[in-house]
Amino acid sequence: MGVGGLENTPPVGANAPVLAPGHTYATITDKISAIVLLQKTRRGWWFGFAIAFALFMILNMAVGYLLMVGVGIWGINIPIGWGFAIVNFVWWIGIGHAGTLISAFLLLMRQAWRQSINRFAEAMTLFAVASAGLFPLLHMGRPWLFFWLMPYPDTMGTWPQFRSPLVWDVFAVSTYGTISLLFWFVGLIPDLATLRDRAKSGVSRVVYGMLAMGWRGSAMHWHRYEMAYLLLAGLATPLVVSVHTVVSFDFTLAVIPGWHSTIFPPYFVAGAIYSGFAMVLTLAIPLRKFYGLQDFVTLRHLDNMAKILMATGLIVAYGYMMETFMAFYGGPSYDRYMMLNRMTGPYAPVYWSLILCNIVIPLGTLWSSKIRRNVGALFGISLVVQTGMWLERFVIVVTSLHRDFLPSSWGMYYPTRWDWMTYFGSIGLFLTLFLLFIRYLPMISIFEMRGLAHELKEKQG
Amino acid sequence: MKRHPLYGLMAEFETTDDLISAAHRTYAEGYRQIDAFTPFPVEGLAEAIGFHKTRVPLICLIGGLTGCFGGFFLQWWPNVIGYPLNIGGKPLNSWPSFIPITFELTILCAGLATVFGMLALNGLPTPYHPVFNAPRFELATRNRFFLCIKARDAKFDAQKTREFLQTLKPREVSEIEV
Repeated sequence: MGVGGLENTPPVGANAPVLAPGHTYATITDKISAIVLLQKTRRGWWFGFAIAFALFMILNMAVGYLLMVGVGIWGINIPIGWGFAIVNFVWWIGIGHAGTLISAFLLLMRQAWRQSINRFAEAMTLFAVASAGLFPLLHMGRPWLFFWLMPYPDTMGTWPQFRSPLVWDVFAVSTYGTISLLFWFVGLIPDLATLRDRAKSGVSRVVYGMLAMGWRGSAMHWHRYEMAYLLLAGLATPLVVSVHTVVSFDFTLAVIPGWHSTIFPPYFVAGAIYSGFAMVLTLAIPLRKFYGLQDFVTLRHLDNMAKILMATGLIVAYGYMMETFMAFYGGPSYDRYMMLNRMTGPYAPVYWSLILCNIVIPLGTLWSSKIRRNVGALFGISLVVQTGMWLERFVIVVTSLHRDFLPSSWGMYYPTRWDWMTYFGSIGLFLTLFLLFIRYLPMISIFEMRGLAHELKEKQG
Repeated sequence: MKRHPLYGLMAEFETTDDLISAAHRTYAEGYRQIDAFTPFPVEGLAEAIGFHKTRVPLICLIGGLTGCFGGFFLQWWPNVIGYPLNIGGKPLNSWPSFIPITFELTILCAGLATVFGMLALNGLPTPYHPVFNAPRFELATRNRFFLCIKARDAKFDAQKTREFLQTLKPREVSEIEV
């Protein structure tokens, strides 16, 4: 599609450029590195940081009090022993998955449009895993004994229960955190060298220089580097699928009605990607606006991500359908009751809000290419999807636990203010880390964008 | 002033095509101790300077196998030898439930081996390297492409090599001190 006659409407969809025309290696380098090196810290950044840091302090307060008096300050009880801690854990770890998928899976699929969004999506993964990791540790009650989860020959002669999904989780999440960090850092090395070479002040020169480790762009180094990067992508792709599968095993290996289901692993992975892509959109839309990055994160990117959102949303919808169908088709009356209780019981408003947020609103709107190119609408939808995915985890954790087999052991779960403070505080932790990242590190991979510019030039001949 | 020994000669180019053809000609001329520096990975450049194979995949495989066997052993040993518990007569070596952790540790060790192997083969971190003395070398991370013939090359001769490099039509040829 040409632009003739439509000067004010940039082309969108499959024909839109992944990089606005007119960019050279130099302009890409200068523009992205200038955000970190030259620009004075903006007012808007301070404003955002103030809010994020305040929320982070609320987290510290909630955690401090929790360490003093114990998990009794939360709303958890028997039978609902999991509550917000596990809801938030699953939600955060799911959000992280989109970052790995963008950086690893789309790299293997040779999707050129990934180059401008992979860096901050990877950072998002890292900080989401950090926020996620907090919750199971705090939920243990005595977090200072967390190292009991590690297999080491201790003086008691005991070992972790390796047959338990909760121990698998420890290995899955810590591997995921480590590999995400490695992937992110390896991707950063050449860009740190760029910052080192362009930094004006002595301090930033030294700091970026140390982090760049003397990278000089040698052809032999690039050769090994690209191979290592590709191998990491190949390792991270099955890893990301395994992590949410293991997270879903936490549920499916229990006999609780509504948890004991074989559809959980694929449906959890799809849900993770769904919420994660929503988070990437939530972060990308303000970033490209405030930092003037519309040339690099174009409407094509937003359109593609919206399409992935829709595809994974459909898988999630299929998951809900199958869950309901199996509850009535399968044998146990407990499953049937669980489903009816979800839809009509005390937590019914949560269930129907989740259907509204995850199915009705996004899948009803994203079909339209007009909405997919409406940046404001996309931002709104991305927030709706994240809320919906959080509600989904709440429904799974709470409605199954609160009424299981024996009516005598039924109960209700009401989150306390400490639950809410920890939850919103973890968003503060995430945003604080993310804002520090966009201030001090290049949020778009500079060297991959140069490579993209080179590729596009070759194609044009 | 004492003259520093020479590390090599550095030629500066404006485009990837110039650099690749220059690299091919340099290799054809018989030079073997050559290196090129670019702001992004350039396809075919490593091959042009005669660098074909990398051991990174092998290191990755070794790391992965170590993680795989080590991870399984980590669970098999406590359950079968170190602290066997008979629970309802179930088998001690219940290997299917050891698979998730074995898998995670395979990925973890393969990933760590890949990254640290790549860094070690590249000799990073390198706090000091002579090529940084080349003029305008900071542009190697922006938009310029460099080719270096090292002084330790058997064919290297300060005068003749410089003349040869000039025939490749670089922007500039400069000497780099060690």
